[in-house]
Amino acid sequence: MNIVVCIKQVPDTTEIKIDPVKNTLIRQGVPSIMNPFDKNALETALQLKDAYGGKVVAIAMGPQQAKAVLREAISMGADEGYLVTDRAFGGSDTYATSYILSQAIEKLGPFDVILGGKQAIDGDTGQTAPSIAEHLGATRLTYVLDMKVEGDKVIARRQVEEGIEVIETKFPVLCTATKESNKPRYATVSRKLYSLRCDIPELTIADFPNIDTTKIGLKGSPTKVKATFTPKRTATGVNIEGNSPAEIAGSLIDKLAEAKVL
Amino acid sequence: MSLLYTDEQKELLAMVREMAENEIKPYVQEADEKGECPRELFDWGFKMGLHMLEIPEEYGGTGLSYETTAMIFEELAKVDAGYAISFVTSFVALRNVILAGTPEQGKYFADVVKPGRFAAFALTEPNAGSDPGAMRATAVKDGDDYILNGNKTFITNGALASIMVGFFKTSPEKGNRGISAFIVDADAPGITIGKHENKMGLRLSNTTDVTFENVRVKASAMLGEEGSGFKLALNALNLSRAFVATMAVGIMQRALDESVKYAKERKQFGEPIINFQMVQQMLADMAIKIEASRCLVNNTMRMMDNGSLVRKEGSITKTFVSDCAQEVTSNAVQIFGGYGYSKEYPVEKLMRDCKVFQIFEGANQVQRMTIAGELNREYK
Repeated sequence: MNIVVCIKQVPDTTEIKIDPVKNTLIRQGVPSIMNPFDKNALETALQLKDAYGGKVVAIAMGPQQAKAVLREAISMGADEGYLVTDRAFGGSDTYATSYILSQAIEKLGPFDVILGGKQAIDGDTGQTAPSIAEHLGATRLTYVLDMKVEGDKVIARRQVEEGIEVIETKFPVLCTATKESNKPRYATVSRKLYSLRCDIPELTIADFPNIDTTKIGLKGSPTKVKATFTPKRTATGVNIEGNSPAEIAGSLIDKLAEAKVL
Repeated sequence: MSLLYTDEQKELLAMVREMAENEIKPYVQEADEKGECPRELFDWGFKMGLHMLEIPEEYGGTGLSYETTAMIFEELAKVDAGYAISFVTSFVALRNVILAGTPEQGKYFADVVKPGRFAAFALTEPNAGSDPGAMRATAVKDGDDYILNGNKTFITNGALASIMVGFFKTSPEKGNRGISAFIVDADAPGITIGKHENKMGLRLSNTTDVTFENVRVKASAMLGEEGSGFKLALNALNLSRAFVATMAVGIMQRALDESVKYAKERKQFGEPIINFQMVQQMLADMAIKIEASRCLVNNTMRMMDNGSLVRKEGSITKTFVSDCAQEVTSNAVQIFGGYGYSKEYPVEKLMRDCKVFQIFEGANQVQRMTIAGELNREYK
């Protein structure tokens, strides 16, 4: 089974600071990490490899320092890592990024399974991985807890609001993973040492002679950020206290009725 | 942290720290209380490959330097030194095989340990501690085999080990020159594991008696020449003695980390106790001893990486660092006051854990004899 995992390097904080003038993320002074949900996606990939054999390839798009997350992926067990990097790719939104990544996946593939995190903790859009499926014409399954293979069928369990959805589909399939999917493994000492010494090949625009240049970079990105702001808190919460759960529940119901919610 | 770490060392330390903090630390207090480390906790270390660090690459191990390996075990010892020493003890046995064994013996030993198993080093006997020449265990030649008999005591990993390096007298009349070393499978018929010692500290580490009763091993299991066991044990112990000091550094660092944190939080007379000069002096002295100890261990490890047998330096390192550790951990308890004396707080355990470092791998009094003996020789 050939598996590719899309990994993003993100700032290590859930409290992103935004440049008020440029409306972009301030990355200076914040350590970079592998997007935590992508780590879950990588663990899903490694579990599939453990169960069915094959190869796990990690790809990331970004500047040179993004190689760090590919090395981390290799230290955990990914076989290879590729950095997609070019000035021409800079400023890409989720649409352009998903298009470029889908080109990279086609070039490195074919792959049976494409994995990514449900969203990145910096932008939080959750769009890039699902869009890759559209570009590739692959089945798209978000919030996948786990998956198994029976013959040429893939059976995946999805976390949905109402419970768990079991879906049967065929390869190729793109899945996104969540925190609940698994507990990512630790690296081993020997893989760690290998990951720090191995070569991380780069894919630049020259590797994609047929890429549609109107769909990449800042100019190829339909998203335009008009303004970014932290919404003002308009209402404060109420703490309901009482001597027993029944009393607390009673006052809660009263308050909800008062607010005409019930 | 005083050392100049390479990027590679930093990465390895961060990885081990994350695992130990998340997976081991939450369970240490309970395991210390019980005097036993659950196998699941050891499995985290095995999965990470901690049992492979010192196994040479030609036998399929990681082949890290003593320097880097010691840094990793300092990190682990911050979380629990008993946990760390369980892995280190496999290397104590391994070092004998590396020093005296054939490539076949090295490969055999490594192949047993690699899938995730422990090894043990069986030298000490009830009446042969600092004086191994007084040992009574015997190995008697019988055709192509040797038959082993004897009682070994305080054997770290005794009940956990799958393979041991044991010392026996092949010629009891020759004293120290009549001792030989053997690789022994721990499941060989005739080996009985005694009861687990109820120890003061390092309670996550397994320590038992091991009894050999007509245990048959092939002559090919002998390490080095017949009668070379005493010299081998001394050489291997020089390395191991220097190495264990890294775990005492880890214990001390933990003691300092906890003490500074507490001294900043704990208020008396209306202010944090770190504002008081008497407390400041204690903390500063702790930091001084830790820095000096870490640098000393690091230098000795680098000497070992260069092939030195560190006969004098190993003794100096272990003695200095373990003596410092008594003072540092005792002062950590002092800074915590009454709370430090309670098992609800982490520092009394550090004091218990570090005591044995003055005792094992040769008592510090014997180390001073060795150091003085070396000086006597150097200045003739």
